[in-house]
Amino acid sequence: MSLFTQSMFFGVTITLFTYFLGVWIKSKLKLAIFNPLLISIILIILFLAGSGIDYQVYSDGADYISYLITPATVCLALPMYDQMEALKKNAAGVVCGILSGCLTSALCILACSLIFQFNHQIYITLLPKSITTAIGIGLSEEMGGIATVTVLSIIITGIFGNMIAEGFLKLIRVTDPVAKGIAIGTSAHVMGTAKAMELGETEGAMSSLSIAVAGVVTVVVAPLFSMLL
Amino acid sequence: MKYLKQFLIIIGISFLGEVIHHFIPLPIPASIYGMLLLFLLLEVRIVKPEHIRETCTFLIQAMPIMFIPPGVGLLEKWGYIDDIWLPLIAALAISTIVVMAISGWVTQLVNRAIHKKDQEELS
Repeated sequence: MSLFTQSMFFGVTITLFTYFLGVWIKSKLKLAIFNPLLISIILIILFLAGSGIDYQVYSDGADYISYLITPATVCLALPMYDQMEALKKNAAGVVCGILSGCLTSALCILACSLIFQFNHQIYITLLPKSITTAIGIGLSEEMGGIATVTVLSIIITGIFGNMIAEGFLKLIRVTDPVAKGIAIGTSAHVMGTAKAMELGETEGAMSSLSIAVAGVVTVVVAPLFSMLL
Repeated sequence: MKYLKQFLIIIGISFLGEVIHHFIPLPIPASIYGMLLLFLLLEVRIVKPEHIRETCTFLIQAMPIMFIPPGVGLLEKWGYIDDIWLPLIAALAISTIVVMAISGWVTQLVNRAIHKKDQEELS
């Protein structure tokens, strides 16, 4: 067992391996529920629980993968630049889509908090749930929310959005690649954008743009909504 | 050397993003500053797409994998939501679905309305 606990590569290996297993399962069973990201997370949790290896041992190595999130987010500028023409041509739709999405998110959290009787702190903790983690944490702390639960909510939202995006957008007949990208990026931030990138260049670029714009809009909208409950 | 140069540009801009984040204390993360900075540098042609293309493509393709460790981290943090997890997940799922639908529909409707108008003006 000390072999595992001392290796820096154990966490990275199991992460890559379970992800490829997830991609393989997805290619065999073409159902949205078999999302490689979700499969990998579940397999690793089961493996850690089954083998008794501590989460810390896993994350000591695996966190090096997450270290690349910042440079990868920076890279999203390239598809945005490549799709500048599409962006200019659809500027009005893009702006309206993102703004309506941010307002809807806040209204939805307000409605759900009333229905499920969440207290004020849980309500403000959930307000930044559709935006990227780094903005969400700061915003949650500033309003007096519980940052850890905000991070949890953002990750659950991202996994869920990544999982349903393709099928759900088809179901509600959103076929325009620009609209698909905006819908995914506004509702499920960077984790959704990973999916949008698989759908196409335009989808990916629009989703990338939505992360930045929705993040900034939410910084303005969330504090206003925090006063409502 | 090509990949080394591409990686240097991307990591360098990530670092500059952190520097900007340090000096402009808005709740905007270094990664978003970096993204906007790279976009600006591409627009003014200081960085050309071919300077970074392959490495960008690789990092973007590998992106889902980067979210696996924080996802596994949910296990550790579960205690925080142990007594409200069901309504919490329901609230998150409902709002994600509604936001996706509204922003998708609005974008599509506005785009179609504008492009229809454009075509009428042309004809």
